[in-house]
Amino acid sequence: MTTETGADSEARQNKETEKGKAKAAEPTSPQNQTEQLPAAAGHSTPARKEQEQQEEEDQASHRSSTSRLSRSPLRGVKKVKIMQCKVTLLDGSDFTLNVEKRARGQVLLDKICEHLNLLERDYFGITHRDVENQKNWLDPSKELKKQIRTGPWNFAFNVKFYPPDPSQLSEDITRYYLCLQLRDDVVSGRLPCSFATHTVLGSYTAQSELGDYDPEELGSDYISELRFAPNQTKELEEKVMELHKTYKGMTPAEAEMHFLENAKKLSMYGVDLHHAKDSEGVEIMLGVCASGLLIYRDRLRINRFAWPKILKISYKRNNFYIKIRPGEFEQFESTIGFKLPNHRAAKRLWKVCVEHHTFFRLVSPEAPPKKFLSLGSKFRYSGRTQAQTRRASSQIIRPAPLFERTSSKRYNMSRSLDGAPIMENHETLMKDSTADGTAKVITKGDIITTVTTEKKAEEEKAEREDAQMDAAETPEPAVTTPLRHDTKTDSEQTDFAFDGEMTESEADEDSEMPTQDNSPPEEMVKHQTNISELKRSFLETGSSAPGLTEWEKRLTSSPVRSPRLDEAPMIEPLDTEGEQAAGQEPKEEQETKVTEAAGYLVKYVLDSLVTDLGTSSGPHGISLSTTMDDDVFMDGTLREVEEKTPDSQEEVSERSMGKVSPGAVRQEVSQAISDKKGTLIILKEAEERDDAEGMETSAEGEKEETVVQEEVNIEENGTSKEEEDTSDVKEATAVKTSNLKIEIKTDDVTQIKGIDSPKKAMASWISEEVKTETSKIISATAEELKEMKTSLQKPEMFTFQEVQMEQSMTSLNHVTVSESSTTSLAVSTLGWVSSSQKTSPEPEEEVVVAKETEAAPADSTGPTSLDAGDAATKEMPVVHTETKTITYESAEVDTNGDVDPGVLLSAQTITSETTSTTTTTHITKTVKGGISETRIEKRIVITGDADIDHDEALAQAIKEAKEQHPDMSVTKVVVHKETEITPEEGED
Amino acid sequence: MANICQYGSFTHAVVRSIPETFGGKAESGDGHENGDVSVDLAKAQRQFGCLTGALRQKVGLQLIEIPPDPELPESWRIEDVAVIQGDTALITRPYKHQRRSEVEAVRRVMSELNVTVVEMGAADGDSGGATLEGSDVLFTGREFFVGLSSHTNRRGAEVLADTFKDFAVSTVPVCGGARLKNICSMGGPDTIIINNSDGAKKTLRMMEQLTDHHYEVLTVPDESAANCVYIRGPSSRDFLLHRPAEECPDSVSAFQKLQDYTLLPTACSEASKLGASLSSLCLLINRKHTYF
Repeated sequence: MTTETGADSEARQNKETEKGKAKAAEPTSPQNQTEQLPAAAGHSTPARKEQEQQEEEDQASHRSSTSRLSRSPLRGVKKVKIMQCKVTLLDGSDFTLNVEKRARGQVLLDKICEHLNLLERDYFGITHRDVENQKNWLDPSKELKKQIRTGPWNFAFNVKFYPPDPSQLSEDITRYYLCLQLRDDVVSGRLPCSFATHTVLGSYTAQSELGDYDPEELGSDYISELRFAPNQTKELEEKVMELHKTYKGMTPAEAEMHFLENAKKLSMYGVDLHHAKDSEGVEIMLGVCASGLLIYRDRLRINRFAWPKILKISYKRNNFYIKIRPGEFEQFESTIGFKLPNHRAAKRLWKVCVEHHTFFRLVSPEAPPKKFLSLGSKFRYSGRTQAQTRRASSQIIRPAPLFERTSSKRYNMSRSLDGAPIMENHETLMKDSTADGTAKVITKGDIITTVTTEKKAEEEKAEREDAQMDAAETPEPAVTTPLRHDTKTDSEQTDFAFDGEMTESEADEDSEMPTQDNSPPEEMVKHQTNISELKRSFLETGSSAPGLTEWEKRLTSSPVRSPRLDEAPMIEPLDTEGEQAAGQEPKEEQETKVTEAAGYLVKYVLDSLVTDLGTSSGPHGISLSTTMDDDVFMDGTLREVEEKTPDSQEEVSERSMGKVSPGAVRQEVSQAISDKKGTLIILKEAEERDDAEGMETSAEGEKEETVVQEEVNIEENGTSKEEEDTSDVKEATAVKTSNLKIEIKTDDVTQIKGIDSPKKAMASWISEEVKTETSKIISATAEELKEMKTSLQKPEMFTFQEVQMEQSMTSLNHVTVSESSTTSLAVSTLGWVSSSQKTSPEPEEEVVVAKETEAAPADSTGPTSLDAGDAATKEMPVVHTETKTITYESAEVDTNGDVDPGVLLSAQTITSETTSTTTTTHITKTVKGGISETRIEKRIVITGDADIDHDEALAQAIKEAKEQHPDMSVTKVVVHKETEITPEEGED
Repeated sequence: MANICQYGSFTHAVVRSIPETFGGKAESGDGHENGDVSVDLAKAQRQFGCLTGALRQKVGLQLIEIPPDPELPESWRIEDVAVIQGDTALITRPYKHQRRSEVEAVRRVMSELNVTVVEMGAADGDSGGATLEGSDVLFTGREFFVGLSSHTNRRGAEVLADTFKDFAVSTVPVCGGARLKNICSMGGPDTIIINNSDGAKKTLRMMEQLTDHHYEVLTVPDESAANCVYIRGPSSRDFLLHRPAEECPDSVSAFQKLQDYTLLPTACSEASKLGASLSSLCLLINRKHTYF
């Protein structure tokens, strides 16, 4: 299974030849066989692009070979080992792909999800069977090779978190995969159900897979080819058929919905069972599920601990402990211990608990523990929580992907006639959504075609980014980030695999990352069509004792009556658990933000972030106990959201303040401003509005009031990896919020409310917790205000928009300036300090196009004051009766934004209010061509009577934003001032 | 599918008439229900008639009445011998040997109703000592609670769990009463009626801990008032058979809190003397909605 490539050059050659082959073989490759059908015309464009890419690639590869050693001495000469992975998918087919040996789990997960065209990924995971044949979940943040000690790299793609209400999933395709998982759970016996339920579930399966009952087409025995139950009887099949007959006209998606509606009610739905013994040695099962921990003795539930009841979960050697919150009439907490078969099992259970608790109970993931507060494992769930993923998936706007349900051979044969129109439909869809870039899996008959739409722009950026990474040569190699080093290669691989597009900057990338040469061309899809066969083979791998179902095996009965767990002795007095948690809060808070997005689009390593975290003793802080892992008492203090204390919030904001010292910021800003070059562009506001993604519209209500809006759109393009970027963005958001607050001091609550509410309406998904959090930060920062000596009492609105192009390079921004078509009139350009190098925050300059729209010609304070620096800004005159909008926009925006809006993955709005200010942070994540982009837009509205030094505030805000996110770039800064009159001005 | 139906929807009630041997010596041997209580057979039969009348005429169920068998003095406690959920009836294995032949008539009726019959222990040999009586089983519509009592053991509960695999089956200690159904019963799809005793509260706490669902709890002051029969009749009317004010004077007001219910006070004093209650006297079945 293992493939190791030789040195770089070889790898590159291989790769190129493979590429070439792939190109040549394209017409005949299985992926493209479907193109023989009429609809094939739709693919002509991509094919051409690939050729171009090929040429570019060739050029670039030469360059890369020369520059490799000189530019990245550290990595260039390393051998990269490529491993072949076989992943058993939920339909039972095997998906073979190559990943770099050092790749992290997330790489694999992303590739699989991409292959499956799955966007709602957070419910899924990858399992690997260890030497004991125990299923282990791969940690996405850890390197694969460290998780697979021996044996072939065989995995299974599975549902990890079973959504309690599948109807809340956004996409049918997600439900389809959940159905596949559940069908397997049912057939394997993991999900026990009654005969009646087998019948119902089976009938919906038949409907979803085979369509309407049609004896002529399906034959009389069609039902025997499907598996519904561990012990499938003729009687069951007959009942299934009876029911199936009644579903005429039901679509597959409807059938799956019905399937899930029934399946979710089953008591063992989504329960992950673990063998254990109680304190008296009685065999029990521990079931981890969305709501908590279930204790089974044989088939009986003998206890249950809902997550809110559990204060702490821990393990030590082969013991697993839960500390229980004291009951209504109890004084003390109790700790209940269970014996697991071995240490690994205990750890496995502990991890599953940590993950389930985080996923289902927390708003955002918890940060890994600090070294001094908790010994032992640093493991924490780093993906998105259910709340986050729901929020994100509610933003999915792609057209529902078409996909073929797994089906039997006969089905395919009989349905081939129907297939053609479906194909056509597919093609049109594909054309429309080319910019999605997501690999579409189109099955026709039993052939799966993987089509990747173009993602040129994004790739270019990615490559540039890589190049920059190389150039930047950050002192802290990406290795220190546990999360996404490899993802980089992943994206690169993906690029090569599907498009092979080369840009000039790729040379750098190649030298830096020789590893990517191998993977994707070799990806292949084996699609097995006979589902029952598949099911059987899949099942067999799952159960070691074929005679018994998993359930039965697990529930080996022991006649001894188990003691009542609720009467377990109270071991310890109530301790200061909560306070501890609170103490950890400040750090965790921030780290949470970092780790929050780990499971997200996970592709990128953010070097700068690492630095950041390192200094702030972030999640990567030293853990004293790692070496003692096995014997140290492992603590996972469960932190519910509500435990967050205001104190900790304060600390957080203080810390962030510490990072960005106001004075320094001002200096830097003024520097940056003095560096300005380029043109100021007067732009119509309507255009701005587009860029601002409609955020402005909500502000209409404020027009008549005295408002100065400053909108700073910041795009930070960085060396960062996607995933880290995402998290970083979040962190930045919080930090910025606090920082910006410093400049804001106001009194007019009511107006803020007016501004704020429409936004809230727009974004109904605002999480209240987040909101309060932010506002707490703000209040904390109010103190800092005095230090700043900035008195801002004038209405003002800042909107920060940070657009993050994960795979883009800031260093190359200037190249694309000329292409930036959106800028209509150039008046002046702001020199902008690119933060791409974390070592020096302002080493590179990005061309920023500044646009200024002045409704009233009188005051053009914006640009001038910016030039003058903060000192000048203070002298800014009061603006009366005017609305002024100044937009500074980086050219980068255009290259990214022009093509298409991409698929919105998630959007989040955090609104916070103080007495006189409103800060709205809008984070949107979109996928364009498989590349994800995170955009942070921050809007600050300051209302008040007195003069406000908004230029300074703006400058500072930009500075801070930049400093907080060296990896991102500021793409747009819009300053909008409204004073007294001019109600028509402002936003449209 | 069984659990699609709303809880409490029934079409049939199966009862078994009070035999002349009612309250006879068969009751002795069980410490709690020793035979020295004096029961009024005629009154018991009258009360039984009121109950069946209410089920048939007020609620509108089809009533299937199994004739009494003098050889089986406790056969009127028909709830004990079968647990029915959906289209499946688990024929139980009562604790007392002399009661085990009570199941035969019930089994026959179940077969006639096309209910899938599952045997707890066809022969004494393979039951593994499992005993279970229906009056220790509380089905809430979402899950089963099995009270581990003097009559029901864990093996019996396991068989129940095997039979009704769709549902969580939780075992709870029976405190404050002889049987689980003595201290609590369902008063609606999400409502548990429970009496005010400390033991009942303890059992309730355990149930609350074990469940994934949230139930409303209606506490009644009279111990015997906690056993009611809830039926969701045709046109979605809620019926509650409960003990009348003469028997449970303090609890009637509690029942009146149930909104839009049709309350059917049903006397049960004689059966109650033998440790039974309203629910003991009938088996409720839903044959209209199978799993379609």
